[in-house]
Amino acid sequence: MIELKNVHKVFQVKQTEIHAVHGVNLTIHDGEIFGIIGYSGAGKSTLIRIINQLERQNEGEVLIDGEDISKLSKKDLRNRRMKMGMIFQHFNLLWSRTVAENIELPLEIAKVDKVTRKHRVKELISLVGLEGRENAYPSELSGGQKQRVGIARALANNPSILLCDEATSALDPETTQSILDLLIEINKKLHLTIVLITHQMEVVQKICHRIAVMSDGKVVELNDVKSIFEKPQHEVTKRFIQDVSGKEDMERIKKELKEMYPFSHILRLQFSTDISNQPILANVIRKTNLDVSIVNSNITHSMAGPLGTMYINVTGGNDKDYEEFIQYLRDEKVKVEVFQ
Amino acid sequence: MLEFLSAVNWEQMLTSIEQTLLMTLVPLVIAVVLGLLLGIVLYVTQKDGLWEHVFIFRILDFLVNVFRAIPFIILLFIIVPLTKLLVGTMLGPVAAIPGLTLCAIPFFARMCQIAFNEVSNGTIEASKAMGASNFEIMFKVVLPEASPALVSSVAMLAINLVGYTAMAGAVGGEGLGNLAYMYGFARRNDAVLFIATAIIVVIVFAIQFIGDMVAKKVDKR
Repeated sequence: MIELKNVHKVFQVKQTEIHAVHGVNLTIHDGEIFGIIGYSGAGKSTLIRIINQLERQNEGEVLIDGEDISKLSKKDLRNRRMKMGMIFQHFNLLWSRTVAENIELPLEIAKVDKVTRKHRVKELISLVGLEGRENAYPSELSGGQKQRVGIARALANNPSILLCDEATSALDPETTQSILDLLIEINKKLHLTIVLITHQMEVVQKICHRIAVMSDGKVVELNDVKSIFEKPQHEVTKRFIQDVSGKEDMERIKKELKEMYPFSHILRLQFSTDISNQPILANVIRKTNLDVSIVNSNITHSMAGPLGTMYINVTGGNDKDYEEFIQYLRDEKVKVEVFQ
Repeated sequence: MLEFLSAVNWEQMLTSIEQTLLMTLVPLVIAVVLGLLLGIVLYVTQKDGLWEHVFIFRILDFLVNVFRAIPFIILLFIIVPLTKLLVGTMLGPVAAIPGLTLCAIPFFARMCQIAFNEVSNGTIEASKAMGASNFEIMFKVVLPEASPALVSSVAMLAINLVGYTAMAGAVGGEGLGNLAYMYGFARRNDAVLFIATAIIVVIVFAIQFIGDMVAKKVDKR
């Protein structure tokens, strides 16, 4: 169990004081995946570093299994850190060591003998699915593979806690998903407590049991995932949820329309710059007998001018009308895509 | 062409090559060992270093700056008493070694410090999070991660030393540089001037080539 009690951290930057963490109280239970979300500058990065004392708090207590780790001697703190793995946004691997040697480093630090080390490295490599890449150097790996090495390295000394510092922020959505799956897997398999900080709502939504929302160094909301999404209280939380639900809405609308009109056509139209100001849609509706309803539409402003994207639902008429409809739009230089 | 080359005393040329290599290699080896140690101390005691120690850092930093600021030729004269004490003479290639070494150590120490500072803070932070001690961070992480830059620095130091050996002629250091000046330039023996210079250029190229090759081999980035 990790308990933070009234934790404060103040940074002195030239003449001004920055209150990065402002009286945080948190209890994180064993075996849970706990997410801390906040915009940059919210203090979450500092907070996660206080858990393993890479940053020392100015005030307050950090108890891990009841033990105040800020009171440990240097040596005891190092031993305690071996039982707390940490992974990073930019992986922080040693480029001078191979995959296997990177994973071996924490074992060397823990003074594990060579035979046991080799054996453990092998286990870890198969745990994170990097078989065959043992002798590659980090520069030869993709971002996702690098983070897998980071995870294997963090788990080397069988820690009870894994700290994730924006672990997926530098990865593309697909790789993010695979890393999150791996984190869920090791959480279940090893009964590991995972604390992760992120600014990506999708991440906490997918894997966290409970979420703390941070803003200006304070925890402004704390609840289980379901409650956070169903009845967000704080402004910051609402903003985060809006970002995610915007993307989800489109998928939902598409599904609902498909159920309502199984034989209709949903089209995605893209209007490029020079035709945005013309009544193309009005003209095409007048020319054909089809019924058109606008599902979703937005205009984004780019350097080259406004770009319009519109999703429409086309019903009624026969195949010929439908083909004419699309042809007319294409003649007007509208990019038409049948949206399935 | 043969006539041109006949003006060269080849035995003398060979001796000069040996002297130049001696004056380059001995200070190089000593400076790499001592400069590396000094570089490590500078790195760890500097602000936000692993063992931050303002007092030690200020003193060493000052000394390094002073010795790097004194022009080499002046340094050679200043330390004549020390040279006499150490090697018993102030003439010949051996007498040039203390001066060359004293010049090379602070230079290499500074190069090492710069190379260590290039190691990413994230990597050091990750090692701390693993429970590494400062000693382990320095020798298991910082030193290996800085290795390509260190290799390049050794090559650069060696090339600088070759250049300085030419000046060491001023205190009777002999070697190729001295040969080119005394026999080639001063006595208007163009063949000696040309060939001695060409050999210096070849030595420098060879060092650069070996340095680049080794640096490329250790660089896994």
